[in-house]
Formats: sequence, structure tokens, C-alpha cells
Amino acid sequence: MPDAIRPYAAAFAARFQLMLQYRAAAVAGFATQCWWGGIKVMVYAAFFANAAPGETPITLSQVITYTWLAQALLVLSPWSGDPEISQAVRTGAIGYERLRPIDTYNWWYVRAAAWMTARALPRALLMLAVAGVAFPLLGLEAWSWRPPADALAFALFALSMVLVVLVSSAFVMLLNISAVVTLDERGINTLVASLLIAFSGNLLPLALYPDWMQTFLLIQPFASFLDIPFRIYFGGLTGWGAAAGLALQAFWTVVMIVIGRAWMVRVMARLQMQGG
Amino acid sequence: MPQILVQDLAKTYRVAERDPGVLGALKGLVHRRWRTVEALKDVSFSLEAGELLGFIGPNGAGKSTTIKILSGILRPDSGRVEVGGLVPYQERIKHVARIGVVFGQRTQLWWDLPVIDGFDLLRDIYRIDPVCYARTRDELVALLRLERLLDQPVRQLSLGQRMRAEIAAALLHEPDVLFLDEPTIGLDAPSKLAVREFVKRLNRERGVTVLLTTHDMHDIEALAERVIVIGHGQVLADSPFEALRRDVLRERWLFIDFVDQAPEIDLPGVEVRARDGRSLELAFDPAVVGAPRLIAAITADYAVEDIHVEQPAIEEVIAKFYDLHGAAEA
Repeated sequence: MPDAIRPYAAAFAARFQLMLQYRAAAVAGFATQCWWGGIKVMVYAAFFANAAPGETPITLSQVITYTWLAQALLVLSPWSGDPEISQAVRTGAIGYERLRPIDTYNWWYVRAAAWMTARALPRALLMLAVAGVAFPLLGLEAWSWRPPADALAFALFALSMVLVVLVSSAFVMLLNISAVVTLDERGINTLVASLLIAFSGNLLPLALYPDWMQTFLLIQPFASFLDIPFRIYFGGLTGWGAAAGLALQAFWTVVMIVIGRAWMVRVMARLQMQGG
Repeated sequence: MPQILVQDLAKTYRVAERDPGVLGALKGLVHRRWRTVEALKDVSFSLEAGELLGFIGPNGAGKSTTIKILSGILRPDSGRVEVGGLVPYQERIKHVARIGVVFGQRTQLWWDLPVIDGFDLLRDIYRIDPVCYARTRDELVALLRLERLLDQPVRQLSLGQRMRAEIAAALLHEPDVLFLDEPTIGLDAPSKLAVREFVKRLNRERGVTVLLTTHDMHDIEALAERVIVIGHGQVLADSPFEALRRDVLRERWLFIDFVDQAPEIDLPGVEVRARDGRSLELAFDPAVVGAPRLIAAITADYAVEDIHVEQPAIEEVIAKFYDLHGAAEA
């Protein structure tokens, strides 16, 4: 492995392996996400029962697939800063973070990416097994997680999910740095969680919001965490629309990394460490 | 060119202040008051390669701040710092690759990982050549007796075990300079001895430059030929430890048990510290009257059962020194 990326690859692998060990957390998270997914699916079914067919922007079966995807990949959204970093801020171990001969931004970034993907992997597989495989076998086809629109949609979805990891990690970095500034990450995490629920598609697929909001909803950064890849998955975004979605994700990734890096330099120059 | 050069270093912190109570908290919401704390006022010293320097001073004197600036974590407000020709906070990445740091009150190893996995991670973070790494690691494991700890998660180690692992972790990349910030804090006696012995050997045999801060004066006595005393952000003394002792508290103590009631003693340069029945404690200035002469004079006149000389404990020397300089923490 080239020496330039060796530290970052090692940090990613170590964190990934460590996070995979938390099996009880994965099972508990999965159970919660099944429960919420079930409730959401039933609420949507009730709504759609009263809608005239052909008048909804997306179909019930697309919404159900969207919901299971959202539940499966819940922890790929940047709900909070990296707990390892906020812990280091509180205990003062952040000094050691600055003692390593590597770029602190990149180091924290790969750790955030490992933290999120390792938690997402077991949850997503379990959800796929239940909602995608077991449901159809049990005759619950109408309630199940359907396959992607076509092979191209799946390929673009996979690419879009890679961008989700990149853009979410870049956002986690902003939360990490704000934890260094404020010494307490709880306030900002609460704020971010409500924005994510409203604007990422977590509560309601963005396509179901009023038409006049659609352009804004697609462009704002929170769509890049969830809504864009899922629309690509069920064929809601195709061709140039899908390309534009991917470009938006890439755009927000770059913007967040540029802001994060500049902010980090400023914050680290003014770092204070008090006591012992 | 010294290996470590510090000139006119100054660093202030800004601390938010508020009046006590609910009213004070509400006032703080509207108008925040800041107080400036001068952690370092004017610190200068230099250190040659291979030296072992002890850095002492009361809590809040600026020892840790100095170490954090030297290691590139903090940026000073003014003054000059160079370590091996590099300015730590300007060329952080190059600089930190050449130093090792242990903060006694914090942990650099990964809490949930076995010790050996933490070492392996550091190997990759410092981009150490695998062959060199294996050799250095095995040496450190043997010297610090870590064999049986390697596959235990760090959180299961005792403080003494953890500190030995921490020191090994700071040396895997074979740094030229080692900063130890209170490395013996909270350790039991055997662990302290082990740490001291190891640091001494590292300095003598490998020529690693060591700068250590401590509140344990036995660390200083055992390790450092040269001591810097810092107080209120300034260097109060920079001298060999023995010179410090001579200047501050040169008296020695003579403890005598007489066969009969302790007599009155009136000799030049001698003071009575305590008297209790047949026992007598004298303080004397060895520059005025030497211990052999004093003992000879007393045993010539009186029947003595037991007699011994002591130096004031090093803690007393330092406490007296802080006192003289008004350096004790407010």
C-alpha cells in the first residue's frame, strides 16, 4: 500500500472492524427501524387509499420501497458528529489527535466514513432479508421492498450511495468541528436531526411535498443524504435527471469539504486546552 | 544549535466568567465577560540533544502549556520555539513525526482495542517500515514487560500497566525527543520505579532527549540532572538539582537520642528544631559546621544512644522555593 494513504486506510479498517463488533446495537437498531418502517408503510397506505390513482407523483409501491430503503440505510445520514471525536474533545485527548503526523481532517473524515458504513452494513442486510426477501415469500409482496427499476438504475443507485457516504462524512466533519468549537455537540445535533427528518426524505419522500417546493427540495443539501439515491433506485430520477442528482451530491460533497477544511485550520490555530 | 530552543514564550487563555447563581447565568446570556489568564509570560530556555530536563512548578504554573506548545498542539501568542530546527506549530506534521509525547492524565491508545492492535495502528499512522517496527516493538515490549498485556483491551489494564503501554506507544517511531507530562501520576511505587528506570536508560543508552514535568520530586531526584522551576508563567530557576538544594535549603538535620535528659546545645550554625525528653532534633548549616565535627563535639560531652543525619526531603526544598518566590498556586 502506498505510504501516502497507509494511515488513513488503517484508521478506516480499525474503526470499521470495531464498529462491526457491536452486534447487539445492530439488532436493536434493526428492530426499531422495522417497527417504524411498519408504521410508516401503514400510514402511507391509508393516505394512498384516498388518493385518485394516477394523481400521486409516485406510487404506493414506490413509497413503500423508499421507506424500507430509508429504514435500512438510516445510519448513513449524518444524525450527529462522530462520538469518538466529541469524547476526545471533552476528555482533552484531542491533543493526541494533533500529535499524529497526518492530516487531521482526512483522518477524522475516514473514521467518520468507517463509523457510518460499518453500522449501516448489518442493519441494511437484515432489512433486505426481511422486507426484500421474507415478505414476498410470505405473500406480502404488496408491502415489500421491490428490486430497482432496471440494471442502469441500480448501477446509478450504487454510485449515488458512494456519494452518500462521501457527503455524509463531510457533513459529520462539520459537526465534529463545531463540537471542538462549542465543546458540547448536543445542541447542534438536535438541530441537525430535525432538519434531516424534514428535508432529507426521512419523514416523507421529497416527491410528496408540494410542487412549488420541488426545485428547492432537490437542490438543498439534505436531499443528497437520502432522497436523490432513492429516487434513482425506483426510477423517479432517470437520464439527465439522475446525472443532475449525482452532480448535486458531488457538488455538496466538495462544498462541505472545502468549508470543513478551512474551518478546521482556523479552529486548530485557536485551540485551547485547559487544565493538567 | 540546541535541539530545543524556547525564547520569550508567551501564551494567554481567554476564560468566560459569570457571577454565581441564576441571575449570574442570565447576565452571562446577555453579556459575556472574559478574563485573560496568562499561562506563560516569558519563558526562555534551551536544551542540547541528549539532555534530560525536569520541569517542575505548582499546579497552573505553565508546565503543560509549555509542553503542548513544544509538541505543536498549541500556538503561542509570541516568542520563538524551535525543536530540531522546526517551528512546531508551523510545521506540525513534520515535527510530530520526530517526537514522542505522553500525557500522564490522558490515553493515546484506543480504549476498546487490544494493546497490540493499537501499536499496529500507530505503525501505519507513523508510516513506520514494518521491519524496523517489529524490532522496536519487540525491544519495547521486553524492556517495559508488556508481553502479557499485548492482547488485552486497553480499558482492562491497570493504571501502571497502561502507563507502560503508553510509553511504548510514544516510542514506536523512535523519536529523538520525548516529552513526558506527569508520567508517574497516580502510579504505585513499583510502577514509578519501572518508569523512572526505563526513562533513564532511554536517555543514557539511546541518547533520547527527555523533557519531563512532574509533581513527584523523587522523579526529579532520580532522573534529572537539570531542573527548571516554573511559576506564574515564568522561569524561576534553571540549574542542576543539587545547586537548587544548596541555594534554597542547605541545612541538614541531626537526630540524637541521649542516654539521659537531652541537654541544651549552643553551638554556632546550629538550631534546635525539636526536643522531646531524651530526643533532640538539630538543624545545622554544613557550611558553618560540618556533620563530623558537630557529632564529635556532642558525643565528646554527652552519652549518646543513637545518632543520625538527614537531608530535608526534596518536597520541603521545593515548597520552600515556591514560598520564597510566592509561586504557590493562589
